[in-house]
Amino acid sequence: MDSEEVPLDLLHIELVAHFVSQKDKIDEALSTLEAIGFNTGYRLIERLTRDSLKFKDELDLMKFICKDFWVSVFRKQIDNLRTNHQGVYVLQDNTFKFLNKISDGKQYLEFAPRYMAFTCGLLRGTLANLGIVSVVTADVTSMPSVKFQVKVQRV
Amino acid sequence: MSRVGGRSSTDPKKVSGELFSLTYGSLVAQILKDYENVDDVNKQLEKMGYNIGVRLIEDFLARTNSGKCQDFREVSEKVQSAFKMFLNISPTVTSWSATSDEFSLIFDTNPLAEFVELPDHCYNLRYANILAGALRGALEMVHIEIACWFIQDTLKGDNFTELRVKFIRKIEDTIPPGDD
Repeated sequence: MDSEEVPLDLLHIELVAHFVSQKDKIDEALSTLEAIGFNTGYRLIERLTRDSLKFKDELDLMKFICKDFWVSVFRKQIDNLRTNHQGVYVLQDNTFKFLNKISDGKQYLEFAPRYMAFTCGLLRGTLANLGIVSVVTADVTSMPSVKFQVKVQRV
Repeated sequence: MSRVGGRSSTDPKKVSGELFSLTYGSLVAQILKDYENVDDVNKQLEKMGYNIGVRLIEDFLARTNSGKCQDFREVSEKVQSAFKMFLNISPTVTSWSATSDEFSLIFDTNPLAEFVELPDHCYNLRYANILAGALRGALEMVHIEIACWFIQDTLKGDNFTELRVKFIRKIEDTIPPGDD
């Protein structure tokens, strides 16, 4: 791993630890982490797409998320993108950065949600600033693999 | 480095720095909401920094293969190279005390505060306090107890950001680590 990725990794660990110990309920902690991710994604994407072309359609945008965005943020591409063409997208990352050093299998699986909340928010914030209102959830059955589900909310 | 389609020309290195600053900014904003007292926020940020430093030092030592420092000047050089390594910034080491137990790190810009503006009611907020904590935590793991604090900050209108580092004592092996 590149040395410049280390501070973010450690900050993320602290972020999780801080809010999990701070908030009375785990749900509250998760939604706070999600909110922090949202704010971060919302701001970050403005800088990432400053010079980029307009997206043709939603799928084009999702491809951008899976390739360029993921590479910028996590230094790798999403391994698999699926969609039902009705606003549901499943993004699969087989070696997700924030889970990669926690476990390789089912150990500590119960702690996975807290390490996913920030990134779900990050994704949702990013999409929000690109004009897509969505709900993002993460599904982890075996670390460090994760499936993000993006449900686009149609107005 | 242009890609077919030419959509993104962003440098991943630059992005990881920006992502770090932005994440930190969102974190500070949230903690400010959670605590009424700015002093408590400063304390929390320092504490989180400490926890980060405790882990970060291992990564630093593994990457650099560096041995023990002989004196505090050597420590300052290592600290400088750590900033370069992890945050890609090169603070200047200056203002040594006569006894060589205190120095200042000068940052031309505040590394974490690239996109930050402090509102008036946050005047006492030490925004980058996480750095002070990280430094303290990291050095404690190599048996050096220090105190450090910001004496100037670009966010507060100063020309540069200055972090003062003071050597307190060498932590002896036999003594259990101090309570935190």
